[in-house]
Amino acid sequence: MIEIENVRKSFGTLEVLKGIDLTVKKGEVVTVIGGSGSGKSTLLTCINGLEPIDAGRIKVDGTEVHAKSTDLNKLRSKIGIVFQQWNAFPHLTVLENVMLAPRKVLGQSKQAAEEMAVKQLTHVGLGEKLSVYPNRMSGGQQQRMAIARALAMSPEYMLFDEVTSALDPQLVGEVLDTLRMLASEGMTMICVTHEMKFAREVSDRVAFFHKGVMAEIAPPEALFGAPKDPELQKFLAATH
Amino acid sequence: MFSTALTWSDLAFLAQGAAMTLAVTAVSVAAGTLLGILFGVIRVQAGPYWSMPLTFVLDVFRSVPLLIQLVLANAFQSIAKLGWAPFTTSCVVLSLYTAAYCTEIVRGGISSVPATTRRAARSLGMTWWQDMRYIVAPLATRVSLPSWIGLTLGVMKDSALVLWLGLIELLRASQILVTRLQEPLFILLICGAIYFLISFPIARLGGYLEKRWSPND
Ligand SMILES: Nc1ncnc2c1ncn2[C@@H]1O[C@H](COP(=O)(O)OP(=O)(O)OP(=O)(O)O)[C@@H](O)[C@H]1O
Ligand SMILES: [Mg+2]
Repeated sequence: MIEIENVRKSFGTLEVLKGIDLTVKKGEVVTVIGGSGSGKSTLLTCINGLEPIDAGRIKVDGTEVHAKSTDLNKLRSKIGIVFQQWNAFPHLTVLENVMLAPRKVLGQSKQAAEEMAVKQLTHVGLGEKLSVYPNRMSGGQQQRMAIARALAMSPEYMLFDEVTSALDPQLVGEVLDTLRMLASEGMTMICVTHEMKFAREVSDRVAFFHKGVMAEIAPPEALFGAPKDPELQKFLAATH
Repeated sequence: MFSTALTWSDLAFLAQGAAMTLAVTAVSVAAGTLLGILFGVIRVQAGPYWSMPLTFVLDVFRSVPLLIQLVLANAFQSIAKLGWAPFTTSCVVLSLYTAAYCTEIVRGGISSVPATTRRAARSLGMTWWQDMRYIVAPLATRVSLPSWIGLTLGVMKDSALVLWLGLIELLRASQILVTRLQEPLFILLICGAIYFLISFPIARLGGYLEKRWSPND
């Protein structure tokens, strides 16, 4: 369970998160929508402790992320995160990209790591690309590799930050299909996305962010069907 | 017909000079590179503000002519009664000189690794050290290699200046022979050829590594 309580976060004088409360239960899929600069990415990077917070707290399975005593590297190994830019390690093959963290962070044997990597890469449809270098693949393939790389750590939670935004339109589908597959397998996910159709399909709940505030959160039928927040109404009108 | 007074023992004398050049260069480049990596990492980690003193010192080493550094260092070690041999003094000065340039090369290499790539490594649970070791080091090395090869070749040629401290390296050995035999062109030609023979493998090694790494960028 991810528990976010009254989280505040500023960059300098700019308050980016103004008291966010959100609880994501095991197996739940929450998508986050909202305008540019509303704090969506910042919230994700706070959840796995890449960014410090100024107030409030975030607990993952009861462990307070920003407590001094928390072993962040250990915590991060159970929170997978995939970013908008597909951050392949360019000097490693696809297989090596996926094997690296399980070997070095989890201390798995070469054989175990390779087995897991092949399994996850096959899962995202890259079983044929194991010995290829990332620059030889399309953006969609690299993004799926990044997903497999996160999954190889056997995370309990996955955070996705606009993973299709930097892709050519014809490559968006394959990556969204991968996310749908994960959702249907019961993975607990928080997805920041601009793909409204996707959000409607996979979400248990959709959260709308506006200027650092979670202005509305509801199941997709309610949020898209009968939006209450005026800013959300404007936002939806603009995106349709 | 071409004839020369150069004997085999003169050639052996040149070879000894070349060995001295190689020794000074090898020690200085090895020590300078290690220091350069250390300082480069410190500069990146500490940021421009906190590394200002370090940057200042390194700038001094980069801007004062090497000859002046050698002579001053030699004078200093004798005043301070350190009892350093000319070889030691030469290696210390050249190492710091190399380190000053290498620091910039390393800093540039590390900065060339996108922050997003490093964030991806950290978010997989890798420690700062693991990120440095498995992601930053290999990528930065690829970027820095050409400049580092250039630095090494430069240091090898600049090492001729240690003759001012009385070390008989390749150039000094040639000078001695020129004075004695009065065949400057021929001897300098040989001297140049030896410099080339030493440099060539280093330059080729650089070219080879670049080629080997390039398809993976
Ligand atoms: N490292 C940072 N330093 C300073 N300001 C930042 C930093 N990261 C984000 N910001 C600012 O914080 C605000 C929120 O950024 P954030 O990336 O969370 O927005 P977002 O909702 O993800 O937007 P987008 O849809 O464009 O990705 C923006 O105004 C941004 O400029
Ligand atoms: Mg964002």
